[in-house]
Amino acid sequence: MSDREPLFSKKNLKLLSDPLNSSNPITVQVLGICSALAVTAQLKPSVVMSLSVMAVLAFANVIISLLRNTIPNRIRIIVQLVIIAALVILVDQVLKAFVYDVSKQLSVFVGLIITNCIIMGRLEAFALGNKPWPAFLDGLGNAAGYGWILVVVGFARELFGSGSVWGYKIIPASWYIENGGFYANNGMMILPPMALITVGIIIWVQRSRNRKLIEE
Amino acid sequence: MENLINIFIKSIFIENMVFAYFLGMCSYLAVSKSVKTATGLGLAVVFVLGITVPVDYLLENYVLKEGALTWLNPTFAAVDLSFLSFIMFIAVIASMVQLVEMIVEKFAPVLYTQLGIFLPLIAVNCAILGGSLFMQQKAFLNIGEASVYGLGSGVGWFLAIVGIAAIREKIKYSHVPAPLKGLGITFIVTGLMGLAFMGFMGIKL
Repeated sequence: MSDREPLFSKKNLKLLSDPLNSSNPITVQVLGICSALAVTAQLKPSVVMSLSVMAVLAFANVIISLLRNTIPNRIRIIVQLVIIAALVILVDQVLKAFVYDVSKQLSVFVGLIITNCIIMGRLEAFALGNKPWPAFLDGLGNAAGYGWILVVVGFARELFGSGSVWGYKIIPASWYIENGGFYANNGMMILPPMALITVGIIIWVQRSRNRKLIEE
Repeated sequence: MENLINIFIKSIFIENMVFAYFLGMCSYLAVSKSVKTATGLGLAVVFVLGITVPVDYLLENYVLKEGALTWLNPTFAAVDLSFLSFIMFIAVIASMVQLVEMIVEKFAPVLYTQLGIFLPLIAVNCAILGGSLFMQQKAFLNIGEASVYGLGSGVGWFLAIVGIAAIREKIKYSHVPAPLKGLGITFIVTGLMGLAFMGFMGIKL
């Protein structure tokens, strides 16, 4: 190939970095919200979920990109779904084998990675028209953009909702009202609606810093 | 009978797909700009959930579950295919959506033009797969319960999207801070609606 470009050319690095901020899958493209909100009551499941999505997205992107010239256009959706579903089954079995408690906590949401719109969206928008290596980077970048939002939301909800981070108590026990202190956990942060409001606030902060993203 | 009504009410209000599990959020956020299109998509979801959940129930209980294949041959009692359930469910959903699309196009062209692009989109709506996965988790006793659960979840999703669409139509006239416009305020309003729906949790069924 004469038009060979370096593995980490500027264009390829942009594929990695853009989804972190200006084309973030959650806050800008509005993809993959479903699972993002449901698993973020604590930090640990959020991290596991992000890593699972990263594995599925990167490899699905590569596989579709390798097959892009052989898949008939009419049945591409079902081909994509089958490839994603196979990868998700792999991830599910790995999670069950190595981190069983987190896998129980995530319950149906591991299966729901199949219909996570980020994956379908990236396959349709990127992998079908690009070579495997850029597709791999695009997958990693988008999953990282998805992951950092999950981690921030999970961190905030666990810290304020249960006073701990990654299962370790952060707020000293003597601060709590029961022990004669002044502090109480905000139980509402654990409830589903606060996930939405937390993401709403992240969007607010991001858009007030990056005015180009403001909607009309 | 009473049991069926319980499942129905519970799946609409207490375990609402959108507010309690955040399922189908992508289309919920993308297609809720006007009440008319929201109603179309909502109806399509009720329709597809009502069909796929019972079909997946049959699949689960007669093919996938451990010992489910005994009706074929008693020696299959130890066969457990449940690790295949994701791929089977999604295949059923994708083909059902295709089938429903063809049937609706043939027999109800008016409904077809109304639902239009939404029907194919539903294959990747997480509320549909979520309905089947929750059905599997809840282990319903018979197909009646499973169908009622599917319909109820669909109706709950329908209520949520029509509600948010109505609010978004009105919110256009209010003064929202610029960075919150559009997506941001929709998230926060959904959160508030979710808080309101949590009030139903107190109902004992």
